[in-house]
Amino acid sequence: MPAKNAFTTIALSSAVLGIGGISSAVADDGYTDDVVRIGVLTDMSGIYSDLSGEAAVTAVEMAVEDFGGEVNGVPIEVIHGDHRNEADTGASRAREWYDSEGVDMINDLSNSGVALAVAAVADERERHAIVNSSSTVDLTNEYCSPYVTHYTYDAHSLAHGTGKSIVEDGGESWFFLTVDFAFGIGLEEQVSEVVRDAGGQVVGAARHPLDTSDFSSYALQAQASNAEIIGIASTGADAINAINALAEFGVTPDQQPAALLLWYDDIDSLGLETAQELLLTNAFYWDADEDTREFSERFYERTDRMPNMAHAGNYSSTMHYLKAIEEAGSDDSAAVSEAMREMKINDFFASDGYIRPNGRMVHDQYLWKVKSPDASEYDYDYLELVTTIPGEEAFQPLEESTCHLLDDE
Amino acid sequence: MRRWLLVLSTIGLAALLLVPFMPSLVYDIFVMKALCFVLFACAFNLLLGHTGILSFGHAAFFGTGAYVTGQLVKEYGVPTDLGILAGGLVAALLGAVIGALAIRRSGIYLAMITLAMSQLVYFFFLQAPFTGAEDGLQRIPRGVFLGIIDLRNDTALYYVVLAIIGAGLWVIWRTVNSPFGHVLRAIREHEPRAVSLGYPVARYKVMVFTISAGLSGIAGSLKAIIFQLAALSDVHWHTSGDVILMTLLGGMNTIFGPAVGAAIISTLGHYLDPFGGWVTVITGVVFMTCILVFRRGVLGQIEQRFQHRSEPSTSTEVHAEPDTSNSPNGA
Repeated sequence: MPAKNAFTTIALSSAVLGIGGISSAVADDGYTDDVVRIGVLTDMSGIYSDLSGEAAVTAVEMAVEDFGGEVNGVPIEVIHGDHRNEADTGASRAREWYDSEGVDMINDLSNSGVALAVAAVADERERHAIVNSSSTVDLTNEYCSPYVTHYTYDAHSLAHGTGKSIVEDGGESWFFLTVDFAFGIGLEEQVSEVVRDAGGQVVGAARHPLDTSDFSSYALQAQASNAEIIGIASTGADAINAINALAEFGVTPDQQPAALLLWYDDIDSLGLETAQELLLTNAFYWDADEDTREFSERFYERTDRMPNMAHAGNYSSTMHYLKAIEEAGSDDSAAVSEAMREMKINDFFASDGYIRPNGRMVHDQYLWKVKSPDASEYDYDYLELVTTIPGEEAFQPLEESTCHLLDDE
Repeated sequence: MRRWLLVLSTIGLAALLLVPFMPSLVYDIFVMKALCFVLFACAFNLLLGHTGILSFGHAAFFGTGAYVTGQLVKEYGVPTDLGILAGGLVAALLGAVIGALAIRRSGIYLAMITLAMSQLVYFFFLQAPFTGAEDGLQRIPRGVFLGIIDLRNDTALYYVVLAIIGAGLWVIWRTVNSPFGHVLRAIREHEPRAVSLGYPVARYKVMVFTISAGLSGIAGSLKAIIFQLAALSDVHWHTSGDVILMTLLGGMNTIFGPAVGAAIISTLGHYLDPFGGWVTVITGVVFMTCILVFRRGVLGQIEQRFQHRSEPSTSTEVHAEPDTSNSPNGA
């Protein structure tokens, strides 16, 4: 029967192809399949696509180009994928990349759920993952791994940066507008703790669902609380809507909003008129010094936008990873992990940054204030530095981390 | 026609059995995910295609299965097999409750009740302390199946998943081709007449709701074990929408049409990844094309083509069941 013969042929040829697939993945000279492959797993089509998305891929590609496109003579390749903000899609993509496409490191990882899921896969498959654009501190506590690095910021650095500095400046009573999600509630709890420790008090909180467009009742609750500081424990569109509502209802001049995770891009959306005087903690600002300007202008030429801290983190962490491979002389995960944790990070993004055994990259954070429209002299001139928060103060002290890797020492 | 179907289904089954040996052609975890949606869509179609009930909240059952199994296996150390069973049972129970409420109305009102109930379930999983809200229930151990098969091995897991999905599809096939299934079809075609013949229609509807929810729960449980996580997207109404899309695309008047639809949608999502933000646009265009060109769905159209090769098709209300009922249609 012809059908049967055709079937046998298909089965045989697929079996042959399958065996071919296995043999090509065998290691050679310390470099798996003779190429160092970096996967950028990000949100290409959803709510975070503007914060990381394609620009994150560009940042990683720039790092690879600046590194020279090869490490110890082995070419570097960058691929990218969309996790669509679904933890399972992210995890299955990561597994496939590690298992059958020879990806050595996955970068970006916006969305905490996706980051945790991919970190689990990275730990199991013993390959690297670097988280740049999500905030959960679980990555360096309960779910830490020698192969996972949390690079740019986390909930702890946001809370301690903004919360502590504001209380020290006299903003003692706080009211929170919190997004009713683990991210928002976690942030609110952390900041409340910081505020209380610094001698301030929390007078109340209003919780709103994700993607709220009408903040009028929340704005009025904030007004009625008479708190000096309105902490905005949300990000992206929610934070923008909340800040706009506070301005529209006349809450803002008397009561000062403090954005706990505001991105550089959000200020662009808000406009300086509304956003002026806002305080925010960011690990990076394009116009901070010569080095950041040099990188940001090159980035701007390629993407038509200024980089935010996640993009800068993508570049810096990829560079650091490649330097670690150069140092280790192999893309073997354990050796690279050791080199990454030994080498200091000194570039436009961090000075004397280092990675702790639990995967936390420790570097200075900055508290910024949004300029008024009159003070802004040129395009994208949005922020002025209020204070620098040393890395050791911004991030969770190592002895508080519940990471199991710390038990052995 | 039956010979062709036999050949096609044999090839399909053989291909599925060979998947773990072709890592360079197709990725086994992706196939497992697609298989979960195959069972989910076919279970959903017990209601839509075979009883004529449109539920717009089926993600509630899928997600409940995932969370129940995840929590039991992770926190209480329940064996994986019992965990999956418990996921299915709890989802079935939830299905009985939601079904009993929803079937008091019909049509769009019924769909709205199921949507509202599933939003309640979504809210529960968003707020419940054990689910980790948007971070999801992470690191669920895969464990050991029936005390002998170590599921940490992807290949072993694959065959276990394939077997459970196969069993689930068999249950659906049996249900549709049983006297019970014939009553369901009578309800779909002419409900007042089924009532006048003395069938307790409400009880039948609750029953089929329960079966459909239970099987959807098992699909969700399997997904939680495969990916070792349960996430809010499993209970989100997007997933309820996806399963309707899969069912319509594959053909709702067939038993295994939704399986084809689930395979198509999963494959599109997986292989169109390099197109980034364009995936949603492409899926939309594919769906519109299918609705316009083959209104019976992919498999429905193929079956019709085989049935009416010689005779001119004048009737628009031809159903494929009489023929598929005795043909061994494979997954």
